[in-house]
Amino acid sequence: MGKRTALYEMHCKLGARMVDFHGWDMPLHYGSQLEEHLLVRRHCGMFDVSHMTIIDVEGVEATGCLRYLLANDVARLEPGQAQYSALLNVQGGVIDDLIVYCLHTTGYRLITNSGTRERVVQWLHRHTGGFDLQLTERTDLAIIAVQGPAAISAVQSALNEAECQAIAGLPPFGCCAINDRFFARTGYTGEDGLEVILPNAQAGMLWQELGTVGVAPVGLAARDTLRLEAGMNLYGHEMDETVSPLMANMGWIIAWDGERDFIGRDALQAELQSGVASKLVGVALHKGGVLRRGQRVKFTNSEHCGAITSGTFSPTLGYSIALARAPLEAAREAWVEVRGKWLSVLVGKPVFVRKGVTVFE
Amino acid sequence: MSEIPNELRYNESHEWVLHEGNGIVAIGITDYAQDSLGDVVYVELPAVGAVLSAGDEAGVVESVKAASDIYAPVSGEVVEINEELEDAPETINDSPYGDGWFFKMKLSDPSELEDLLDAAGYAEVVEKE
Repeated sequence: MGKRTALYEMHCKLGARMVDFHGWDMPLHYGSQLEEHLLVRRHCGMFDVSHMTIIDVEGVEATGCLRYLLANDVARLEPGQAQYSALLNVQGGVIDDLIVYCLHTTGYRLITNSGTRERVVQWLHRHTGGFDLQLTERTDLAIIAVQGPAAISAVQSALNEAECQAIAGLPPFGCCAINDRFFARTGYTGEDGLEVILPNAQAGMLWQELGTVGVAPVGLAARDTLRLEAGMNLYGHEMDETVSPLMANMGWIIAWDGERDFIGRDALQAELQSGVASKLVGVALHKGGVLRRGQRVKFTNSEHCGAITSGTFSPTLGYSIALARAPLEAAREAWVEVRGKWLSVLVGKPVFVRKGVTVFE
Repeated sequence: MSEIPNELRYNESHEWVLHEGNGIVAIGITDYAQDSLGDVVYVELPAVGAVLSAGDEAGVVESVKAASDIYAPVSGEVVEINEELEDAPETINDSPYGDGWFFKMKLSDPSELEDLLDAAGYAEVVEKE
């Protein structure tokens, strides 16, 4: 028996196919991952992502400390704003990617992956010791993500007047706390939506209310096809401690301005100087099978093989898509070794669908 | 609980065989197999005319999460394939024993049918998984 979120019973009652996910019993799907995926793109769906790690960082030196630990610069944030970022090691490799929310001038909330929990908590404790701040892992909170074009109005119909008003004005990457709930206009699907962080004891009730106003539950299988269509990285696939953000389509999160010293800065600078070794590209296979992690990719103009970092079938597009590591000058045509056969594929930017629209090119 | 029709025969790789008479059998994958695979998105079927021995690789069924080989459960010649599956692979999930049939063979050795499992025998295979 793995760890269970506050919504475990709900998932069982809904007939979810439960699986082990990094030590957690999580819902893979509730009947059809393809249907759940399409529902999010066309209407909205809700995800239990309470298995992720929430760490609050509060104190006079919280800002200074996070400016040292994170690749992006939290000084750019006002309370009520969030940014995508990463914890880097001294070699410039990614320890985890995360979203950091600015709660107030001396308080931040980090949401990191469930699979990296121990490593991240250990790393944070080790590197925040010399700063005047408090780290609190919030295992008392659950997270329900509601995503899709109709997500925000769906969530509003399950809230009271004051909460409705509070989220009505939220810009993308905006966040606010009201009563004991926290709302953020962030997500992992490429659609509009909210992530609601609330006490475990309230999670079941909100989940049920959302179900009553027509929001369908969506499992981890669809979560993966949605994020891959949106060109969003998955830690452990597109990057890990041996991969720099420059190689993982994450160069844009590195805030270089000023003389801000942050862990990994020197290594990244050196990497830029000597030349970044590879980049991430999008790959499409129109027929003949499904692209999968680990498959070799041979580009028409290079003798160096790349490899698929994440692959799947795209329900929105109706064919197989993938992200792959490629040489910087990779051609638009390539072959991928699928079950012993080399199949012809198209190579393009590492993003396929945004806000329901096909953008792959 | 997966469905296991009594009138069919089965093998341990989760395929079913229906003897239609005149030495022709229809072949597909079981309810347990389609459920384990999840949403099917692609099927590779053998060529009509292909001569296969029992146990030979006959094709592939691929879902979002995994690819699974299909084997010939008996020996013979492929006489018909279900072309509908190319555009509608999800039929395999919706109707594994009906419209989701994969291909038909003309038996070269009808006695091989006796080596297959009956519904009770297959139920035991599923339980052990």
